Amino acid sequence: MIHFVLLISRQGKVRLIKWYSPYSQKERTKVIRELSGVILTRGPKLCNFVEWRGFKVVYKRYASLYFCMCIDQDDNELEILEIIHHYVEILDRYFGSVCELDLIFNFHKAYYILDEILIAGELQESSKKTVALLIAAQDSLVETAKEQAGSISNIIAQATK
Amino acid sequence: MGSQGGFYQSKEFLDLVKSIGEARSKAEEDRIVLNEIETLKRRISEPDIPKRKMKEYIIRLVYVEMLGHDASFGYIHAVKMTHDDSLLVKRTGYLAVTLFLNEDHDLIILIVNTIQKDLKSDNFLVVCAALNAVSKLINEETIPAVLPQVVELLAHPKEAVRKKAIMALHRFYQKSPSSVSHLVSNFRKRLCDNDPGVMGATLCPLFDLITRDVNSYKDLVISFVSILKQVVERRVPKAYDYHQMPAPFIQIKLLKILALLGSGDKQSSAKMYTVVGDIFRKCDSSSNIGNAILYECICCVSSIYPNPKLLESAADVISRFLKSDSHNLKYMGVDALGRLIKISPEIAEQHQLAVIDCLEDPDDTLKRKTFELLYKMTKSTNVEVIVDRMIDYMISINDNHYKTEIASRCVELAEQFAPSNRWFIQTMNKVFEHAGDLVNIKVAHNLMRLIAEGFGEDDDTADSQLRSSAVESYLCILGEPKLPSVFLQVICWVLGEYGTTDGKFSASYIIGKLCDVAEAYSNDETVKAYAVTALMKIHTFEIAAGRKVDMLPECQSLMEELLASHSTDLQQRAYELQAVIGLDAHAVACIMPSDASCEDIEVDKGLSFLNGYIQESIEKGAQPYIPESERSGMLNISNFRSQDHHEASSHGLRFEAYELPKPIVQSKIPPASLASTELVPVPEKMYPRESYQTTVPSVSSDAGPSELKLRLDGVQMKWGRPTFSPATSTSNSTISQKTVNGITQVDGASTANSRTRETYDSRKPQVEISPEKKKLAASLFGGSSKTEKRAATGHKISKSSSHMVEKSHVPKSSMEVASEKTPPVQQPLDLLDLGEPTVTSTVPSVDPFKQLEGLVDTTQVASAVNHGLTAAAKSPDIMALYSETPADGDLLSGVLNPSMTNMPGGTTTRQSMPRSKGPNPKDSLEKDALVRQMGVTPASQNPNLFKDLLG
Repeated sequence: MIHFVLLISRQGKVRLIKWYSPYSQKERTKVIRELSGVILTRGPKLCNFVEWRGFKVVYKRYASLYFCMCIDQDDNELEILEIIHHYVEILDRYFGSVCELDLIFNFHKAYYILDEILIAGELQESSKKTVALLIAAQDSLVETAKEQAGSISNIIAQATK
Repeated sequence: MGSQGGFYQSKEFLDLVKSIGEARSKAEEDRIVLNEIETLKRRISEPDIPKRKMKEYIIRLVYVEMLGHDASFGYIHAVKMTHDDSLLVKRTGYLAVTLFLNEDHDLIILIVNTIQKDLKSDNFLVVCAALNAVSKLINEETIPAVLPQVVELLAHPKEAVRKKAIMALHRFYQKSPSSVSHLVSNFRKRLCDNDPGVMGATLCPLFDLITRDVNSYKDLVISFVSILKQVVERRVPKAYDYHQMPAPFIQIKLLKILALLGSGDKQSSAKMYTVVGDIFRKCDSSSNIGNAILYECICCVSSIYPNPKLLESAADVISRFLKSDSHNLKYMGVDALGRLIKISPEIAEQHQLAVIDCLEDPDDTLKRKTFELLYKMTKSTNVEVIVDRMIDYMISINDNHYKTEIASRCVELAEQFAPSNRWFIQTMNKVFEHAGDLVNIKVAHNLMRLIAEGFGEDDDTADSQLRSSAVESYLCILGEPKLPSVFLQVICWVLGEYGTTDGKFSASYIIGKLCDVAEAYSNDETVKAYAVTALMKIHTFEIAAGRKVDMLPECQSLMEELLASHSTDLQQRAYELQAVIGLDAHAVACIMPSDASCEDIEVDKGLSFLNGYIQESIEKGAQPYIPESERSGMLNISNFRSQDHHEASSHGLRFEAYELPKPIVQSKIPPASLASTELVPVPEKMYPRESYQTTVPSVSSDAGPSELKLRLDGVQMKWGRPTFSPATSTSNSTISQKTVNGITQVDGASTANSRTRETYDSRKPQVEISPEKKKLAASLFGGSSKTEKRAATGHKISKSSSHMVEKSHVPKSSMEVASEKTPPVQQPLDLLDLGEPTVTSTVPSVDPFKQLEGLVDTTQVASAVNHGLTAAAKSPDIMALYSETPADGDLLSGVLNPSMTNMPGGTTTRQSMPRSKGPNPKDSLEKDALVRQMGVTPASQNPNLFKDLLG
């Protein structure tokens, strides 16, 4: 199973982190510090896996962003690499050629999307289409809510004119 | 992209994100975040905050926490948010609580009610949001509160809900297997769900269930195989395709399950052969996902009942992995090799050079994986080389976790395969010296036991030699600064027990050394205790032998110090020493018999020798002893406690379901009983004896499965025949070996043989394999290869020296040959005598290893020639396969274009993107414009922010 997902920038800034196994606040900070030290310093041609505290961390760099997932000893690393890629492709489709900035300002959306792909540390959906539909269904609610808010503020604006 | 890429947050929040992005130091960032926390603390507790604002605050809290700061003051607000009616707000609330709270957090009890309500909602999106929260937040205690509803949702019309319900149940199973044990039939039913997504999700809990209990699910083999077949035949909807592979993630999961079901089961395995073979054939090995599936196939093939054809395909894939340029594939190849050699050990031979390349690779991950492989293929012939390598690596790393692991592996290998006791002790010394504090204390006790018992009952001189060599080496090592505590304990014990036995060292010399130890490590009470006991032994041995002992001045001062020690243990030992010294020879010999550490001590657990005393006391009116469990006072207290507990819990939410009985309590009983037996009162200074006590019986039975036990039988055999002793001492014996080789050449080499050798030699320079590497390969793979390799190469080269072996095996397939060949290692001695030295020497041409290498070389060269390429590429088609696939290639454009990072501003970056996809620059421009509209100019220092992740 996947124990956590970590998105971290080249400079070591956390862009997204989701824990599927329990870690205390203190451990969390330590894990992030330790891992960013290990992963950001690795050369480009080395393999995308790091053995760490008896777990394995699979990471992949996209532009300036590192996507990392921590997995058990007996998991399939190549599969995890593809799960990462699957996530990035869905992000790309959603944001329209996604870049780091999208994730910085819309990190909560990245979380929502991740929640549709992984649940409890396992891959729950491998169809991009299904994920896209679900996210769209949720977003349509946002749209209507926004419209309502918009129309109310319009009314107020008109009334106060 | 529409509004999706837009930014809904307030300017304030965008500014925060921006300023964090521009922060030049961690300190600056912390200051900004702390400011933000202050602001949020103030604002969030204001009354009547509009929902929209509140939602943003919560997201800001998430942001703050993501940056590693404590946002716990706002948790309660996030919890409150989940109660909201509006899905939008609720969703944010759920997101925040799943990110903030661990399953054991106190606030969870406040969410359970909301979750229950939401699980019943008409809106499937609400249900989905609640299920997401369920799978993160529900703990063992609260499972019963939501379980019935989650089970009901398995029949929900929306597949997304069914899927999440399955995943939630899977989580419940992980937390408390008993809670969902009655739901197995539901999982089985969901396997036939119309939606492939739900079916795929069901594989997760089934995998766990099958891992625990394979036999109850054997009937599902046919279903799994037919599902896998349908997937492979592309009968799942196209939406599940990934990089042109049909539902690869489902395939992988199914292969994992099949591996479990087919393990050691010939019948079930037979049903899988066809489909796994199909996957091997159809799988596209040019894509990463294709390789992921192939790797999983290898895992499956190596787990199920072996099938020669599949093993062959697996071996092919492994060699492709190992020959690839991608480190990832090499890594997977090494891992897969480790799995396959258990079944067909001979395949390691073909890859020896690739493996050694991996061992010397600068990539640490790959190196470690390779050590794991070596660990799996260690035998008595190559143990020395492997353990030496491991120890060298162990010394070179700092990572304590891995150091511990590799140290324990060294110990394990040394214990299993040690060629001699001297080597064993030297190896253990090295391990202790460099990782002493990381290894299990049992290992130390084991080492002491080995030194005390020796390795055989028949050979006393060897035992005493072993002891004196141990004593010598320890006296030597004591000179080094900062030895680990565990190691010092061993040293003190051995010096005390055997320091003066062989008469080489005088008692005063040993005493002096022991006093030095006690002084140098004065903070370590255990070491001091060991040292004092050792001193006592030396003194008593001297007295018993009738020699007069004078207290050395340093010993005297040590005693004085210890007599006043704060540690009662040390004090007691010191007093005992003082008392013992005053006794006469006969009494002393009774107290401390020489070399008695191996004798059994009978521990009277019932303390029956005290019966008389007890009787006397009771007669005098003392209270009889009441066992702890029968004491009434205790009982009352625990009763009271449980009542109290009950009352406390009644204040909170109550669900009937909490009362469900928990069937698995049994597992808790054994540890308790174990603990009670450990409480046997044994005087403390008998540490080592105590450990013997437990181990002695297993030694006598000899077949005892205890892990830490030395397998002495194998060792004995190695010692019996020094001719076998392996190949590490190459350098000093090469000359004699050469002459031996010369003889072999004259004697046995046929003309055909030498001709082939010549051709190999002439080709050799093209590939350039350093002699050290070959030497290493020979010593690593040497043990097994001697005979096996001949079998493997036998079809191509006629090997005169092994013709007698060959004849009998030629008709059989190479696989069978190899498996039958393992015993003949101990075949005619002269054959081995000739074979062994050639293994070690690098120059002589009869070396069978070189022939093997030659074979590998020729295939490589041949393929290069076939494709009309020069030596630059090893084998071109494989290069093409494993270089980044086009789909992935554009992901790396960021990495490939270092020039971009030097660009001054965010806007200019886009113009300099030569290979980006068509619409990208436009999109990015739009985004940039949008950001600027919002009044934010994102950090110009980091143009990378605008770079598309995918291209």
